[in-house]
Parts: sequence; C-alpha cells; structure tokens
Amino acid sequence: MSSRKLFSMLMSLVILASLLVGCQPAAPQAPAAPPTQAPAAQEPAAPAPAEKPAEIVIGVYEPMSGAQAAGGQQTMQGVNLAYEQKKEVLGVPIKMVLVDNRSDKAEAATAMTRLINQEKAIAVVGSYGSSNSMAGGEVSEKAGIPVMGCSPTNPLVTQGKHYYFRACFIDPFQGRVMAKYAVENGIKKVAIIQNISQDYSVGLAAFFKQSWNELTGSMDGIVSETSYQDGDQDFTAQLGAIGDAEAIYAPGYFGDAALLIKQAREMGFKGLFMGSDAWEAPELVSIGGPATEGAVFSSHYSAEAATTPASKPFVEAFQAKYNEVPSAMAALGYDAYMLVIDAIERANSFDPKAIRDAMAATKDFPGVTGSITINENGDAVKDAVVLVVKDGEFKYLSTVKP
Amino acid sequence: MTFDQLLQNLANGISLGALYALIAIGYTMVYGILRLINFAHGDIVMIGAYAAFYGVAMFILPWWISFPLAILLTTGLGMIIERVAYRPLREYPRINLFTSAVAVSFLLENLANVIFGGRPKAFERPAFMNEMITIGNTQVVSYTPFIIITAVVLFGGLLYIVNRTKVGMAMRALSKDIEATGLMGINTDRIILFSFMLGSALAAAGGILWATKFPQINPWMGVMPGLKAFIAAVLGGIGNITGAVIGGFLLGLTEIMVVAFFPSLSGYRDAFAYTILILLLLFRPTGIMGEMQAEKV
Repeated sequence: MSSRKLFSMLMSLVILASLLVGCQPAAPQAPAAPPTQAPAAQEPAAPAPAEKPAEIVIGVYEPMSGAQAAGGQQTMQGVNLAYEQKKEVLGVPIKMVLVDNRSDKAEAATAMTRLINQEKAIAVVGSYGSSNSMAGGEVSEKAGIPVMGCSPTNPLVTQGKHYYFRACFIDPFQGRVMAKYAVENGIKKVAIIQNISQDYSVGLAAFFKQSWNELTGSMDGIVSETSYQDGDQDFTAQLGAIGDAEAIYAPGYFGDAALLIKQAREMGFKGLFMGSDAWEAPELVSIGGPATEGAVFSSHYSAEAATTPASKPFVEAFQAKYNEVPSAMAALGYDAYMLVIDAIERANSFDPKAIRDAMAATKDFPGVTGSITINENGDAVKDAVVLVVKDGEFKYLSTVKP
Repeated sequence: MTFDQLLQNLANGISLGALYALIAIGYTMVYGILRLINFAHGDIVMIGAYAAFYGVAMFILPWWISFPLAILLTTGLGMIIERVAYRPLREYPRINLFTSAVAVSFLLENLANVIFGGRPKAFERPAFMNEMITIGNTQVVSYTPFIIITAVVLFGGLLYIVNRTKVGMAMRALSKDIEATGLMGINTDRIILFSFMLGSALAAAGGILWATKFPQINPWMGVMPGLKAFIAAVLGGIGNITGAVIGGFLLGLTEIMVVAFFPSLSGYRDAFAYTILILLLLFRPTGIMGEMQAEKV
C-alpha cells in the first residue's frame, strides 16, 4: 500500500473518530434510562407479577435539529422536567425515549415508526410543528398507539384520528385572536406572508383571513397575500408587494419570522408585525435584533399571567432547573407528558387502547397552561395569550378566551 | 409596479445574484478541471459562515481578522477534503468521486449539527454593513453594495489568476487534458489541490457574505444556496467562470423578479425560476457561455 493511500485512510479514521467523540455531548438530549435499570425490558422478567412489566416506554418525538430545533428543544425542557418528577406510573418505572424528527415530515414518520416498532412505546408525546405531527400521526393511527401532542395547532393533526390528542388550542381560534387584535388596534390594512410548505402556516393564514372577513365584513383590508417556502431566506420580493399595509401577519416559524422582520425594517416598513405561537423562541430576538421590538404574537401561556394552581410550583421547579422563565412550549411539553401519565393512571393499564380511551375522557385536568378538557375531536379548548416583544423579551399583553 | 419598487427589486436581485455567483464559481472551477460536481461545496459555504461566526462571537475578534481567518480555515478544510475524499478516487470511475462528494456533504452537515448544534445562530453584522442607505425612495442596507463590490473584486482576482499567471495557465491546461498536462512536467496533483483551495476560499467568502445578508446560520444553510449556485453554474455553462457569474446574477434577478411581478405566484417562485432554466437549456444546451466540447475518447 502506498503511503499516500495510508495517509488518506488515516485521515478518514480521524474524521470518523471525531464524529464519534463529537456524538457524546449531544447524547444527553435523549434522557437515557437511569443506569440502575438495565435494558431488560424487552424480555418479560421471569417471576414478575402478572401483567406487570419491568418497565414501560414512553416515546417522545420532537425536532431537536433543523429549522424548528429551538421549538423542539424548548418543549423538551418541559418534558424532561415532568419526567424527573414522574419517573414511575402504577408502580412501574418509566423509560423515556426521545427521537429527533429533524423538523422534517419524512423523518417524523420514521421517528414514530421507530418509537413504536423498535422501542415498543405504549404512548408517545409530540411533536412541535403541525406537519411533523401529521406525518407521525399516520403511523401511530395504524399502530393504535395513543399520542399526546404538545403544541401542534393545525386542526388536521387530530381530525379523523382516534389516537391523536393535544394539550393546546387549535388554529381557527389562534387565527381569530390575532385578527381581533388587529381590528381592535385600529389596523385597516394587513399583508399576509405565509410559508407554503408548512400546514401550520397555511392554515393560520386562512383562519386569520376568515376571521378578518367576519370582523370587518369584507376582505378589502387584506392588501396582499404572498408565500415563501421552507429554506427561503430572502423575503424582499414578498415584502416589496405589501404596498401600504399597516401590519404584516406572518404566521411562520421563528427563524423565518426573524429574517422577515429584519428585512422589512431594512426596507423601510414602519408598521406592526403580527405572528403566532411558533414565534416564541429566543432566536426571534437574537436573530431579528432590535427590529423585532414591538412585534406581537399569540401564544399558549405566559409565566407572568399564570393563573392555574399547578403553574406556580412548575415555574419554581423550572427556574431551579434551568435558571430561566419557562416558555409556552416548555409548559405544553410538561403538560403533555403529565396528561399521558394521568391517562395511564386512570386507565389503570398499560394497554394502548385503554390509555387512548382514558386520554379521550380527560376532563378538567389541572395543567400548567390551564384546565385541560379534551373535546370530541381530541383537542383542548383553552385561553390564548397575546405577547409582545419588549426590550428583547416576550411580555404578556392580554388573555383571549375562546 | 412603480419605478421605485423596480429599483428596490433590482438592488435585492443583484445582491442575491452576487452571492449565487460567488458560490457558483467554485462548482464550475472544479467541474472544469475534474469533471466532478462537488456536492460538498454548499456545505463548505456553511463551514465558512460558522468559522466567521465563532471568530467574532467566541474569540471576540474584529471582523477584519475573523473573516479572512475563516476563509483561511475553510481553505484548509477544502484541501483536506480533496486530499482525503477525492484524490484517492481520481483514477476510478467518475461515479465513485461523485458518491464520495455526496458523502462528504452529509458528513459535514451532520458534524456541524453535532458540534455547533441544530439551533440557528444569530450572525452579528459588522456595524459598517448595517447602515441604511436611501437613494430617492429606494432603501438598501450597506451590506448590499459591500456584497456586490466584494463579489466583483474576487471575480476580477480570479480571472487574473486563471488568465495571467503560471498556475492559471496550468489550470487551463488541466481542464483540456489532465494526462497530457502531467506529461508536460506539471505537477497535476498540486494544481488540482490549488483549484480546490481557490474554490473553497470563494465558497467561504460566499458563506460569510450570505450570513451578513441573512444573519441566521444553521448546519443546513448551505444546502439551498449550494443547489441554486450549482444551477447557476449550469445555466452559465458549466466549466466557464464568466458563465457562472452571469448565471448567478441571472438566477438571483429571476427569483426576485418573478415574485415582484407576480406576487400571487410567490409560493411557486422556484418552480417558475426553474421553468425558465429548463427552457433556456432546451434552446442552449451548453448554457449561456458554454462551448460545445468534442467527446474525448
């Protein structure tokens, strides 16, 4: 073998090795089972009491990387906290398995398949991003595994699904919240910019328009409607078309929104920016900078205006663990996990079908984000809050009832 | 559309086009010499942006040290990739090289995801690139002229190297016939390595400028620019440096103008831009500047 070949082989090894080493710091994202409980779960432990497995698996699929990573990672803060507080159900230890769906529909379906077939999850939590959830939902529906969504708000996530539920409100309501906000604040002309690759964004834009039409009696106030796609970073052309709009409604994810807001201000737009719950990520402000000051958006929860009894201990525990104020995504992640545990307890069984029935019957669950009752569609009906960016932070503005 | 809006869109289109052009040059140079479509090129763009980001954010270097340093580092990475992933495969069928390029691309993306993290990072623009410039009713930010001027200067420098220096002459010779060039006593390995370095340096510059224009960097940020720059290179006639630049500007302008003139079609922006590309290639299969080449036997 020539020295040249040897050299290149060595270099490849170095790269591979660095990859393996590099993997380790990322691993803690997946909360591994405590070392005491060996992965003996697969085989029914010999003399276990009847029907009582050695451990059960609750799966979580969230975007830990990709365009929605901030949302998934915020959600996981809440899920991890809930897991720490509740590591056992019906006297059986829980093993939580996290699979990254990489903000991608196809990956989300794969992640769900892996959780069900390989990890043998009896219930699943997730996912941030409606499109991810819809893709995962197809898989869980066929397998008959109940899923508790944390923050996917598009109506289609639970529509026609027997096994998909969610801890959050849905977009027809969320769209109305911002349309109402605009009308009440004297906005006469709005431009809508939607992400056409995301069901979430397209749905919200449509619901906003519908509510606008109901509230003002016509569509005249919608001066322009433009779209972009996943991965687009240049919004100047869409912004060039907004004419004399006083406000821009851009119900997309925080990363797109941050760039869009920055570019709009650079092009001399002086009006109001309005958005939706997917704006709630620190990246909105860190990327968008001072241009985001004054932007308003609808969301699920604000620690400032938390009213439920469960909220106070949650905020305290969260601050003790992460040294920051919990976001709406974290609160929903916490609630979603606790809702799964609650359903298992009420079902008094590890049978997915029984858990599903218990989930569907959830009534007045004292969640952090409000009292949660699952309706006949599998959705929670809850208040929304309107938040505003002030001095680089998300501040509570008002609460809107359904 | 008013005249002011047209000017505004022109400014936006040209600055986007300049970025595509810078990245496209790297594709075209490597293709011209090795007949290899270097699919990792877009990811080198990403690495360049991250290197500059860490220089400023972590080591608190001023931009005029951090940016050149990032270009230097990325150039080194380009060298390593050529040495490890491409050179050993050069004598084997072209498809092996191509597969290796795709593998390098995935490797870089996933390494970046593990090392830098999947959450997007905010890229700090140097203050002088953040000034508003108002001309009439058109408003641009000072990074726009900076991007355009840098692109033109780098392009001029590259043309000088390729057309007026000995290395450039060797590069041109290589693009005609590698073996014959070797027989003339030119160290072909060195020249190929040099082209990769040049391409990577330009990609890094493109990545840094991309990040100043769109100040959000993530491990997959190079995928779309890379793909589009590749298309720009094909549009201009792959293998031709001037063609890549023209293709880049054309693509940037088309993308912006399609949306500007037909706002309701904005969701299909790429579909329209690329329909135009297909049509152009149907009528000019070798691209705008490409020349017909006799198949080598």
